[in-house]
Amino acid sequence: MTIAAFTRRTVTALLLASTSLVSSVALAQETKWLDVEKDELKFGFIKLTDMAPLAVAYEKGFFEDEGLFVTLEAQANWKVLLDGVITGQLDGAHMLAGQPLAATIGYGTEAHIVTPFSMDLNGNGITVSNEVWEAMKPNIPTDADGKPQHPISAAAMKPVVEQYKAAGKPFNMGMVFPVSTHNYELRYWLAAGGIHPGFYAPDDISGQILAEAYLSVTPPPQMPATLEAGTIYGYCVGEPWNQQAVFRGIGVPVITDYEIWKNNPEKVFGMTKEFVDENPNTTLAIVKALIKAAKWLDENDNANRMEAVEILSQPQYVGADAEVIANSMTGTFEYEKGDKRDVPDFNVFFRYYATYPYYSDATWYLSQMRRWGQIAEPKSNSWFEDVAKSVYRPDIYEEAARLLVEEGFLTEDEVPFGTDGYKAPQTEFIDGVTFDGRDPNGYLEKFPIGLKGDQKVEGSAVVGG
Amino acid sequence: MAMSTTGVDPETIRAKEARRERRFTLINKSAGWLSVFGLGFVVPLLRMAAGDSAKSQMGELVQSLVVPLTGIFIFIAAWAVLAPQVNTSLGAIPGPVAVAREAASLWDAHVAEREKAADFYARQEDRNAKLEAQGKADRVKWRDYTGSPTYIDQIVTSLKTVALGFIFATIVAVPLGIASGLSRAVNGALNPLIQIFKPVSPLAWLPIVTMVVSATYVDASEALPKSMLISAIVVTLCSLWPTLINTALGVASVDKDLTNVSRVLQLPTWKFVSKVILPSSLPLIFTGLRLSLGVGWMVLIAAEMLSQNPGLGKFVWDEFQNGSSSSLAKIIVAVLTIGVIGFLLDRLMYALQAAFTFSNQR
Repeated sequence: MTIAAFTRRTVTALLLASTSLVSSVALAQETKWLDVEKDELKFGFIKLTDMAPLAVAYEKGFFEDEGLFVTLEAQANWKVLLDGVITGQLDGAHMLAGQPLAATIGYGTEAHIVTPFSMDLNGNGITVSNEVWEAMKPNIPTDADGKPQHPISAAAMKPVVEQYKAAGKPFNMGMVFPVSTHNYELRYWLAAGGIHPGFYAPDDISGQILAEAYLSVTPPPQMPATLEAGTIYGYCVGEPWNQQAVFRGIGVPVITDYEIWKNNPEKVFGMTKEFVDENPNTTLAIVKALIKAAKWLDENDNANRMEAVEILSQPQYVGADAEVIANSMTGTFEYEKGDKRDVPDFNVFFRYYATYPYYSDATWYLSQMRRWGQIAEPKSNSWFEDVAKSVYRPDIYEEAARLLVEEGFLTEDEVPFGTDGYKAPQTEFIDGVTFDGRDPNGYLEKFPIGLKGDQKVEGSAVVGG
Repeated sequence: MAMSTTGVDPETIRAKEARRERRFTLINKSAGWLSVFGLGFVVPLLRMAAGDSAKSQMGELVQSLVVPLTGIFIFIAAWAVLAPQVNTSLGAIPGPVAVAREAASLWDAHVAEREKAADFYARQEDRNAKLEAQGKADRVKWRDYTGSPTYIDQIVTSLKTVALGFIFATIVAVPLGIASGLSRAVNGALNPLIQIFKPVSPLAWLPIVTMVVSATYVDASEALPKSMLISAIVVTLCSLWPTLINTALGVASVDKDLTNVSRVLQLPTWKFVSKVILPSSLPLIFTGLRLSLGVGWMVLIAAEMLSQNPGLGKFVWDEFQNGSSSSLAKIIVAVLTIGVIGFLLDRLMYALQAAFTFSNQR
């Protein structure tokens, strides 16, 4: 036995002894390697701050700790990203919550995509051009300091839309994808203020039937440029593209999605069902790494956020200036230039069980697809439940979380073990309507604007119901 | 050199003269090559060094060195003055200083990424050593670093892609060109196709090529990823026309005396092509190849930009999407890089042409 071997052994023994001593004080954290089926993975993402869990999991070595060698690749747009996952060029991706659901029910490209991990809450905003802002400002009540009172309702914008209509100019707005959170949030906000955002129909997928505001698709990074060019008068998008508009002085954010629906689910991590079935251990390892990254992002009251901002500002991730990204990531949001307000929960990655894939979240998205005619036919409540359960996979999440609890990276109370997957009825919407995930059809009945019951869109009219 | 009456040995003078002559012949010989590589301004300097009068060489030197430098200097000065006056939403257009700084930071980023790669390999060594020690040798894995490609990596990728596309184009275009130059029937059949496909933009080919390659090239190898093949084929489709047309022209305009002689000698076709046709049409073939490479390089950047395939084009697009305060400067660095590389590629082809052809008109 050589000296070196001897010393190594002693050191190991000493280390073991010391960890057992420490473990009586704190938790010993040791990753148990799963027997992963595939260890070289490629994940896609879009340049938005909410891809942070992926960047953090890579940069902080959480993927490597699980024995995964991951390549992260920015994608041109959501369509390309989804196609990449479906064709297998990408093993998984940062997706809009609506994407796996829409793909699974066959709206757009049909493919069974599942999600075992929800990436974040909130994080979007609605921005209008300077011109529109000036025109709607007189209709917004002010608070004691003479600042606009928040949340700003779309009702303040209604007269502006009417003006454009009278002048024969269509009031165009941008959103990032037909099944994106942003589309539903923008529609929710407009409809809550009495502006009709238009219906979809099987033979007309423009989403502009009966519309007063015409919504169309623009890729997130091009939003500010398109607004500047005057092609659109406003948009709904994730960060950093709302703050970018303020920085560049080309637009004014009027509302964050936190104020439209408090703590709404935003992005998910999507993979094909095939991949998950063939690589169960790989999937668990991925979810473990992502949970760790999400926890790191919210640890000690957002203490790590500045480091996360530095990571995200690297050109291969989001690439925008650190100060622009920092604005929202560190809990402030600038509306008008100089009107900076605290929105501590603007980006939530882990608190409030943010990463748990709740069935009720899936149901809300499906309900909005039905509300605007993307789901053209009436569906029963049990249909909503079945779809939610075939796409959202809390079982995988809980298994991964259980392993992390055993390894000492999570505590029992950080995971909603034992939930049936439905959050308690949520009340904090801008229009005060309550959402109960168990009764989506009952929920739709409460809206003055939108399809409900047996209604369908035919030609340019709503029939039935 | 003062001439004195003490009588200088005429032998030494003669030897000196001869040496001088030799030096000048050497300089004159290399002048051709130096100008090929764009180093024409070295010739007058060498002549001065060899003892030619500075006055007679000055004119040459001004023309080949001072004038181009003045042009570059005026451009940079105009750029520095005018750029800050154009305000975009990403701030003012960066001047030369900002661009130089960004070029340096791109290099730093490259070095940093290499360090990260080294760390990764070190960690991998540790992990595998640990596994060995625990007797789990079957779990030892050696994996490549999975970081993002740096600016230098993107340049290398683009160069590889353009080389591949250009080689494909040459393999297709030269034989076809020879055939259509030799036979009027082939020429007549190919001509309408050339006329139709030549003006098609690379961006129009891209979706078609993407679909076809995705469908047929299923088991992509590590060395040749799908994205590279797609870009290369787009380059091929756009850059083969100049070579094809010029080759056909070169072959068709071979001296009739030569063809008649080979008929009299009854040379077999292969010999006829290799001994007569190719040598006489080489200058024009090379002209075609030079044009093709230029077109290919230009097309490649556009293809990479649209298809998001790795390379300089993707770098430009990504930076445009990033929209940070340094993005514009980085894009300008990329533009200059693309220009310089295009110039160097052209010079390379020119040098090859000079090496392989016997024509006096370059």
